[in-house]
Amino acid sequence: MAPILEVKNLSKSFGGIRAVRDVSISIERGSMSSIIGPNGAGKTTLFNLLTGIYKADTGEILFDGKNLVGKRPDQVNAAGVARTFQNIRLFHNMSVLENVMVGAHSRLKVSLWRTLFHVGGFNEQEVAVREKALNLLKFVGLAGKGDELSRNLPYGDQRRVEIARALASDPKLILFDEPTAGMNPNETQDAIGLFRRVREELGVTVVLIEHDMRVVMNISEHIDVLDYGAKIAEGTPDEIRANPRVIEAYLGRRHSKVDESANPEVA
Amino acid sequence: MTAETLDSRRRGIFESFLDSKFYRRLSRNFIYRYVIYPVGQMLLFVALAAAVLTLVAYGIAILFPEPRPNIVLADQISKQLPGMIISGVSIGFVYAMIALGYTLVYGVLKFINFAHSELFMLGAVASFFFLSVLNTAGLLTDVHPVLLIIVMVLLSGAFTGLIGVLVERIAYKPLRGAPRLVPLITAIGVSFVLIDLTRIFAAVTINDFNLTLPTREIPALAAPVPFQFGSTTVNVRVSSIIIVVAAVIMLLFLNYFVNGTRSGRAIRAISQDATTAGLMGINVNLMISLTFLIGGAFGGFAGSLYSLNVGTINPYIGFFPGLKAFTAAVLGGIGNVTGALLGGLFIGMTESFLNGTLVYFPALGQRYTDVFTFGVLIAVLIFRPQGLLGERVDEKV
Repeated sequence: MAPILEVKNLSKSFGGIRAVRDVSISIERGSMSSIIGPNGAGKTTLFNLLTGIYKADTGEILFDGKNLVGKRPDQVNAAGVARTFQNIRLFHNMSVLENVMVGAHSRLKVSLWRTLFHVGGFNEQEVAVREKALNLLKFVGLAGKGDELSRNLPYGDQRRVEIARALASDPKLILFDEPTAGMNPNETQDAIGLFRRVREELGVTVVLIEHDMRVVMNISEHIDVLDYGAKIAEGTPDEIRANPRVIEAYLGRRHSKVDESANPEVA
Repeated sequence: MTAETLDSRRRGIFESFLDSKFYRRLSRNFIYRYVIYPVGQMLLFVALAAAVLTLVAYGIAILFPEPRPNIVLADQISKQLPGMIISGVSIGFVYAMIALGYTLVYGVLKFINFAHSELFMLGAVASFFFLSVLNTAGLLTDVHPVLLIIVMVLLSGAFTGLIGVLVERIAYKPLRGAPRLVPLITAIGVSFVLIDLTRIFAAVTINDFNLTLPTREIPALAAPVPFQFGSTTVNVRVSSIIIVVAAVIMLLFLNYFVNGTRSGRAIRAISQDATTAGLMGINVNLMISLTFLIGGAFGGFAGSLYSLNVGTINPYIGFFPGLKAFTAAVLGGIGNVTGALLGGLFIGMTESFLNGTLVYFPALGQRYTDVFTFGVLIAVLIFRPQGLLGERVDEKV
């Protein structure tokens, strides 16, 4: 089967800094994969390129056969890509339920006329979206929290709301940006379970950016490693664990081994 | 004006009631959320402003019992109280409707659209042209006055809404990424452009830019309606009643739009975090246009209703109401829809009370009304810089 996401030779520079350089990644449909790399490796930039916040300088992003380069974030979302954020970005003054309902925005096809004048059909759709949002809250384990203001929830729960909100757009691919950052071991364990259920019960392809190696090695089927904006390795967790380039990127390289065109110093 | 906002933030002594099953079910009810609750809120604000200002007025009457010989201030206040409240409510709703335009646009773009006062003016001018065309065609008295006013207000609002969208597309959108002062200055420029274009248009078409609405031709608007308050009779102008009724209906509609629809939810999401809203599938540019449409339309509604009340208008009338409405929006907490309503009513009522009482002070007189009105603003902002209902802004990364 064709991969759901194919990134080909993607590059992005900010001034003189090449944040993402010539990265090619392929994500299998229905898989659970991770993108790892030391701080500043360009992982979040890659997500921002995928979701349309930044426009790639060169390269292609093929999602389900369609090129996403140059698409606005809302168009990318409508195509079926959803994401969460490294630092939680909920709508803090909205209730939890409303946050999730915002996520379903692109799935509500209502004309302006209907929205403004409330003619037929519209309210049924609102009710349906509300129902869907409640179900998603139940799915992520926040049943009964819908009426709380999102900023009043504890940190771990806010992460869950973000996941529910991302799922509300019925994505085919979901990008989690460091979803377990700041969680305690118990919360992390719950989160791993949730990621698995997202894939298994909802059939959504999952891609994680993650720093916690226990999480990465535990759940990923496939790992891509970035360093200084370039991809330096890919493979199964076991292959990655044994890959000397990866170890070098994380632990530093010995002074004797200064070569490599793929891993030069950043100017 | 959302039920949710108040539920979750200002709980206090009502906590047990707000948590009860009864209230939870009630707060989901459509009629409660979009009719009873906002109407109650408006009544509360009116009552609150009236009570505070009445107390202050009598307080002044105690300090200065006889500002002029043989005039007992307290007696005068008692005599004028109903009239002051009614005219205060009526002008207050006009300010509130204009203030909503400022606050909505500020919510999504974080800048003050100073050209908004000109949309108010354009609403008034559009109403003038609408009525004059009907008048010259001799149709003015044939149409039912209620229908006439509804059509006039809606057409004026539709016109200014479209102008608002146009202005945003031409003047503000190219400056989306610019420093915040740039669109602000542009807005002031747009304001002058709109004033002068209107003046040119009026000069070319009717050779005069002082426009007198043919309201005298409408008999239904001419005779005031007497209201009996105890021993005093207050004659209320029909146009004041129209303003209040129309404003309440439109504010209910706006409340429903902002809090009960998908687009309103999208606009609120953008006002909190535009980037994330885009990533959640919201077409940010479209929603910004929609915000300008709604905000501009409300400016136009207000201008149209205001023109009925004052009778004669010109291209420069936007400035003071615009400034006061901006004050109202800041007073209520800029970016906060409920705050705009409260601020508008409060400024309108303050102005009306000052107009009613300052005449008795020989050294001051009514022309000092604005000094005191803006003095109130300064005083409030010293103690609550975020506005009455605004939130403290914590900048987060």
